[in-house]
Amino acid sequence: MTGPLLSVRGLSVNFRTPQGIVRALGNVSIQAGAGEVVGIVGESGCGKSTLAAAVGNLLPGNAEIAAGEIRFRDRDILRLGSDAQRQLRGREIAMVFQDPMTAFSPVLTIGEQLIEFQHQMTDVDKAEKRRRAEAMLARVGISDAGLRLNGYPHEMSGGMRQRTAIAAALLMSPSLLIADEPTTALDVTLEAQIIYLLRTLRRDYNGAIVVVSHHLGVIAELCDRVYVMYAGEVVESAPVDALFHQARHPYTRALLECDPARLDQPAEFLPTIAGEIPDLTVLPDGCSFAPRCALADDRCRIRPELTSLSEDHAARCHRVSP
Amino acid sequence: MLRYAIKRIGLGLLILIIVMVGMYAAVFLVPGDPAAVALGPRATPEMKRMLMERMGLDQPLIWQVVNFFRNALTGNLGIDVWSKRPVGTIIAEALPNTLVLGVASIGWSMLLGVPLGCFAVVYRDGWLDRLVGILSVSVIALPSFVVSIYALLLFAVKFNVFPAIGAGQPGNVASQIHALVLPCFAIGLGWVGYLARLVRASMLEVMGEPHIRTARAFGLPEWRVVFRFALRIAIVPTISLVAVGLGGILSSAVFVEVIFARPGIGSLIYNAVTSRNYPIVMGTVLVTTALYVAITITADLLIARLDPRVRDVFRD
Repeated sequence: MTGPLLSVRGLSVNFRTPQGIVRALGNVSIQAGAGEVVGIVGESGCGKSTLAAAVGNLLPGNAEIAAGEIRFRDRDILRLGSDAQRQLRGREIAMVFQDPMTAFSPVLTIGEQLIEFQHQMTDVDKAEKRRRAEAMLARVGISDAGLRLNGYPHEMSGGMRQRTAIAAALLMSPSLLIADEPTTALDVTLEAQIIYLLRTLRRDYNGAIVVVSHHLGVIAELCDRVYVMYAGEVVESAPVDALFHQARHPYTRALLECDPARLDQPAEFLPTIAGEIPDLTVLPDGCSFAPRCALADDRCRIRPELTSLSEDHAARCHRVSP
Repeated sequence: MLRYAIKRIGLGLLILIIVMVGMYAAVFLVPGDPAAVALGPRATPEMKRMLMERMGLDQPLIWQVVNFFRNALTGNLGIDVWSKRPVGTIIAEALPNTLVLGVASIGWSMLLGVPLGCFAVVYRDGWLDRLVGILSVSVIALPSFVVSIYALLLFAVKFNVFPAIGAGQPGNVASQIHALVLPCFAIGLGWVGYLARLVRASMLEVMGEPHIRTARAFGLPEWRVVFRFALRIAIVPTISLVAVGLGGILSSAVFVEVIFARPGIGSLIYNAVTSRNYPIVMGTVLVTTALYVAITITADLLIARLDPRVRDVFRD
């Protein structure tokens, strides 16, 4: 059977904290096929970064996977031994992290680190790894790449570091690239540059890319398909055009309305979603968005299921029907 | 970097001057007359006065310090009142013994303590981590003179595998190393525990940093993440501690050198203080303080070498 490259099914992740157990992810299912760019969007604390970390098997020590499976090339990577998981990381699955300022070791040169990251290539010598690193830096648009290899991360600008992080992730030609908030730490000019870079890479890259962002603009620019997350659940999934033009879930609609880019005339106040994200230690029985939803009624006290609206559009709301 | 080094050396000289002023003040506070000690009980007041004049002890305190430094700069640290030999020569004979002892003690404890701290991190919360933790705290709690005495009783007296006293025959390296084992063990044992604890703590802090997650995300084996990525950063506080510790060993060598009857700075100070041999006391304090300052400066420069961010701060 040839399923999608990455298929997360029914994943639930809990964090043990001094305040009690926090349910970071509840029954999350996503898919990403080869050549596809999948976006995961939601506000802070919705679990999108936890999802990214879970796929990379990089959850912090106090996290536990309560249920579900993460299938990569039809193998459940949660059932693999730690060595086999490690082999997947770096070679098949690569990650670009949120904060380029701290993502590199401050005491090793860029070159040393990029060579180190290729350690799974056992048949290639150090000089060749260095050449590969230099070529990759040049490819992501870093001028005088050879010189930069001898420099340290703190000698680079934020944009260069983020480019370097992307170059590092692409070094091993992974078939799955996970970019966790790749532009969040950057100013708008650099953000545009990085989006442009990712779009260019998209063209000649056959693997799947998962982009995690709270920024709707980034998602709209880059992705083919989008999952909207709220309070640890997927509330809507749709192709990017459908999501931006025919959003069905009230949360997705509210999120879209909050995007300042959508304002067509000056407003005194920016639109917001009233209320706050729920406390994940005590979840409501019903729909988790109901306390903030303008359309909530009695039905919302019962937890809604993800309803298929068309072949590739689904929403978790009682009010939607195909 | 050069300017930083010069600044540090200047500061070090200032520390030396303050220490010596303190020492001179102490000489005047402690009861007992240096001249009387030097000349013995049958000295006449006339002889004492002459000696005081010759030693410059009748001059104001500050002037004495200035004289001392003026002489010290030309390499003249005064004359031992007992043997009438130059203090500089006596220290030069004793110092290498103590330095070898200190460096060897810290050396073996680093070779053991740092990897132990790393293993504790790799197997954190496992039985190895707990065992290292318990052993570390136990050996930290043992004072080096207690370890010395028991090591002596056990390995020198009972099993007779190591010599009990002395520093080995001059010129015979094997016998010198043989004589070094027990004192080294006594001084270094507690340091193994200190270093293992310190490396573990600073390592755990570093292991929580995002760049470690990056290294893991590239599938690097855990030991490589620990030794190549984390240790380089975690070792920095360890170097500061070892620098202070090496200075401390030069002074704590007093116990061990006296117990093992090793010639060295420690036993030299001990004998000089008990016999009120002030020129020797002054000379050894100056030399050990200078060593202390030199070690600290070296450690700071080494840290700057290891951490490029620190290096850039000093670059001007």
